[in-house]
Amino acid sequence: MPHILTGNRLETGDVLWWDGSDWTLHIREAALIEPAAIEALIAEMKPAERINDLAAVEVTVEGGSYRPTTTRERVRAIGPSVRPDFALPSLPVDTI
Amino acid sequence: MSDPQIATLAELLAGANSSAVRIEPGDDARALLPHLGQLTLVEVTFPKFRDGRGYSSARILREAGFTGTLRAAGDVLVDQLGFMVRAGFDDFAPDVPLDPAVVERTLARYPFVYQKAADARAPAWALREGA
Amino acid sequence: MYRYDKIDQAIVDARVAEFKDQVARRLNNEITEDQFKPLRLMNGLYLQLHAYMLRVAIPYGTLSGTQMRMLAHIARKYDRDYGHFTTRQNIQYNWIKLEQFSDLLDDLSKVEMHAFQTSGNCIRNISSDQFAGAAADEVADPRPYAELLRQWSTLHPEFSFLPRKFKIAVIASEADRAAIQLHDIGLQLRKNDAGDLGFRVWVGGGMGRTPVLAKVIREFIPVSQFLSYSEAILRVYNRYGRRDNIYKARIKILVNELGIEEFTRQVEDEWALLQPLALDAPQSEYDRIIAQFPDPAFDPAAPDSIDVSNPEFGAWVDQNTHFHKQRGYASVTISLKPPGGIPGDASSAQMDIIADLAERYAHDEIRVTHSQNLVLAHVRKVDLHALWTVLRAAGLATANLDLVTDIIACPGMDYCTLANARSIPIAQKIAAKFENDGAAQRDIGELKIKISGCINGCGHHHAGHIGILGVDKKGEEAYQLLLGGSGAEDASLAKILGPGFDENGIVDAVDRLIGFYKSARTGPDERFLDAYRRLGPAPFKDAVYV
Ligand code: SF4
Repeated sequence: MPHILTGNRLETGDVLWWDGSDWTLHIREAALIEPAAIEALIAEMKPAERINDLAAVEVTVEGGSYRPTTTRERVRAIGPSVRPDFALPSLPVDTI
Repeated sequence: MSDPQIATLAELLAGANSSAVRIEPGDDARALLPHLGQLTLVEVTFPKFRDGRGYSSARILREAGFTGTLRAAGDVLVDQLGFMVRAGFDDFAPDVPLDPAVVERTLARYPFVYQKAADARAPAWALREGA
Repeated sequence: MYRYDKIDQAIVDARVAEFKDQVARRLNNEITEDQFKPLRLMNGLYLQLHAYMLRVAIPYGTLSGTQMRMLAHIARKYDRDYGHFTTRQNIQYNWIKLEQFSDLLDDLSKVEMHAFQTSGNCIRNISSDQFAGAAADEVADPRPYAELLRQWSTLHPEFSFLPRKFKIAVIASEADRAAIQLHDIGLQLRKNDAGDLGFRVWVGGGMGRTPVLAKVIREFIPVSQFLSYSEAILRVYNRYGRRDNIYKARIKILVNELGIEEFTRQVEDEWALLQPLALDAPQSEYDRIIAQFPDPAFDPAAPDSIDVSNPEFGAWVDQNTHFHKQRGYASVTISLKPPGGIPGDASSAQMDIIADLAERYAHDEIRVTHSQNLVLAHVRKVDLHALWTVLRAAGLATANLDLVTDIIACPGMDYCTLANARSIPIAQKIAAKFENDGAAQRDIGELKIKISGCINGCGHHHAGHIGILGVDKKGEEAYQLLLGGSGAEDASLAKILGPGFDENGIVDAVDRLIGFYKSARTGPDERFLDAYRRLGPAPFKDAVYV
């Protein structure tokens, strides 16, 4: 299964996805990374202490975006399922 | 500072003629009470800062009249110092050295306290009573 | 209401300065996230699924119009224009930024508010009866004692690193509207035979993974000594509560492992040792605080009758007002469970409206209830219609208090990082079946549905007449069904009925339970809970698992 890297920005708490060179708010812009490479990336980034809760997320590739395999990560990628007015555009709310 | 040899609680209770003892979080501070006369230093360990049993140990010793040095040792972080002083500690042996400037700020932080503890500070209700 | 003096304000100001210092040290990388996390948690700041969540303390659930207006301002300025009132009588914001947090705390402190001890392994915000000071059945107003507890527990030097969080509730009547038997300490104010005020003391209740009802460890402790007695309980807990397993660290486990007799003996021994230290506040402090909770200036000429010729208004009066000790007055519950809404959520505009109404009609006081609604405790009956008219226009006049659509739901997996499943959509789907038919809801009668998204039980599912618990079933959201709980004076713990369900399955199951109840009750006066207690689980099980 493909994986992508996520975390939360220290200053804002924003949910972030790694696009290969920088962080983005939009999961569709994320970069697929090998699990082993993700671990190396996390080990490299953690000491800087700027991004909290760094973790690998398992996804499927769907319609030009990535769909996390767990409900939890889909909620993080899109927003609360009960507030579609806040939904981020990468995935339709009803895919939660 | 040169410490006297620090005995464990078990050694002290077995009759060690030591003037200093170290107690761990799970040790009963009240076991020291019959020996307070011989002690000048009690070191209370904090293997993890989240384990707050040492605060009770300290207060119990001060409540029982111990006037020697009461040292907090181990995972002692600056953000716990204020509580420790109020619980009766007057000496600190942190695993990681503390920034003296932050220590000073922290200890000077609160102009008032709400409750009686092992320090000499008057609680809010006592100040209000006098007001 | 209690107003800060310069001492209270100086302590809040110092705490704000302390946390600003801690935030600055974190933002400058002087401390790591591992070191910072417990510090921010002690200030109610969590990292949730979407952003930081802030829990602001509302001591014993009481606030003024000015404070409510500040909560609205916080929602507008620092969040996404709404807040969530919780089962702990607090408010949570879901989209807070750490870099703005210092300014936010400054704003809160301007109205005598803060976020101290709304998380962490310390004594949490004290909870109480939402009708305190208004209820006809109370022996005295419990809030001065809750305030004494608030001060005693704030930055307590010995009890800030307990084995686990610690919750205290105070009530003053036989009716229990604060679920004291599900708290670590429950205090019931009462009079002894000599007519003196004191507390019946309950210890060791709680929900979570191992739900337990509290036990009485003392029938009567004089009010003048209840703080030192609490100190003795906390000291025994701090010293001997388990620290090896987070799920066994609450005081309920210690009480169970020692047995109530031995636990009581240890507390009494400790209390005897504390006596010479004179830890209790003096009578002058009691008098000072009690004087800040006077009866409002009631209008003795307020008429006692209400014109309910408008049936919609009449239904609301019937359902959402509560008997008041003063003739001509009522206590009003403002439902935060509107059709299609999120239980406990209020927009900043709604908060402003409620603040205005409180000032205009309710002696400037608002209460938060543990069922995630708001209360205006002292309203003249002649003002009810005007009040209702404004509430109705703001979507705040749903006449469903304690009915099937008045559902408690924790934030669940829509917000909470600990969740196994979503709670809010389940509440919405159950409510959707009934919310357009007030008469059908009233026919079903009192029915408390409580939903938690994980075993932590913030949605009080163990105390639900119908409890729903979100669980993780191989990566899918699933729901357990529990029946027969109560958080009131007839407290009981709900029991699992049978195998779990998916999202649609649980909604259908609740529907079938209600259908069966209506066919099996002895009459409209027999509540769902009473029918369950009379019949036992078997017929309910047959009705659900067809
Ligand atoms: S019960 Fe669980 S999911 Fe719900 S708010 Fe509490 S911790 Fe979160």
